[in-house]
Amino acid sequence: MTDAVSDAPLRVGVVVFPGSNCDTDAGNAWKEQGLGEVVYLWHTETDLHGVDAVILPGGFSYGDALRAGAIARFAPIMNEVAQFAAGGGLVAAICNGFQVACEAGLLPGALVRNENMRFVCRHVNLRVENSDTPFTRLYKPGEVLSIPVAHGEGRYVCDNTTYEKLVEAKQIVFRYVNKNGETTDEANPNGSRDSIAGIVGGPANNILGMMPHPERAMKNQLGSADGQRFFHGIFTALTERRLTE
Amino acid sequence: MAKVTIHITLKPTLLDAQGRTVQSALHSLGFDTVQNLRIGKIIELELPNDTPEAIRTQVIGMCDKLLANPVTESYHMEIQTEENE
Repeated sequence: MTDAVSDAPLRVGVVVFPGSNCDTDAGNAWKEQGLGEVVYLWHTETDLHGVDAVILPGGFSYGDALRAGAIARFAPIMNEVAQFAAGGGLVAAICNGFQVACEAGLLPGALVRNENMRFVCRHVNLRVENSDTPFTRLYKPGEVLSIPVAHGEGRYVCDNTTYEKLVEAKQIVFRYVNKNGETTDEANPNGSRDSIAGIVGGPANNILGMMPHPERAMKNQLGSADGQRFFHGIFTALTERRLTE
Repeated sequence: MAKVTIHITLKPTLLDAQGRTVQSALHSLGFDTVQNLRIGKIIELELPNDTPEAIRTQVIGMCDKLLANPVTESYHMEIQTEENE
């Protein structure tokens, strides 16, 4: 290697749609852990400003008009995000971001109304199903995490062919479980198919979608710090990429 | 103008959580013979008058791109052009 490895801070771009409300939490999670800089990307922008990774945050973009994420997916910035993701760029799509990513076809399947019709806002237990992704690499396989959910439309659905592909390619990264790490109907807060809470996709499993909020699990004083390793995982993946580029 | 009514329904294989809740409300109000209640959306819109075929083509484009999610929803439409009135 002849070129010096860049020691510039890693920059995460957080997309802000009208109605996003977890954008600042996601940005703060990155900054407060000392992982680098944050660039907020307004939905009308047509440039990612050279960020190293993108977060599609939670919220209620466009008031969930028509379907959650249906309008946001056509925001000008989403063309750039799609191109970035197609080239292997890391995209973490959280809650409403997951809905937007599915609507945009960045990830397979869809998120529909919770089976019990209630908005669920509480800590859930997640089992790490695949720790060999840029987002989950600092978790142990099978580890049970405590991360909050807050959504009314989080029931993951997909057709059988898609489901079989997800299982086969180990694209399911998180499942809702009980304290003992078992999938049960009671532990599934929204009726998601096979208790799916998060999946990866894209050319190099570089796009992650999850309904729970790791950015709300950053401090033990607030209930859990299990989200920290999610952001540190992205940081280490980006750092390794720099060393090999 | 031509008037278009688009009916968007959840695919039959998908559990309609809203429909199930409303059905159970009807049951508790004494309408206990109600079965298979499902809730969809109706979208009404107007377009400059044209042949039904041309309007259908435009609306299919809108549905496939935005109005319906092909993973979870199906749709059909009724078209009323001015000649029919």
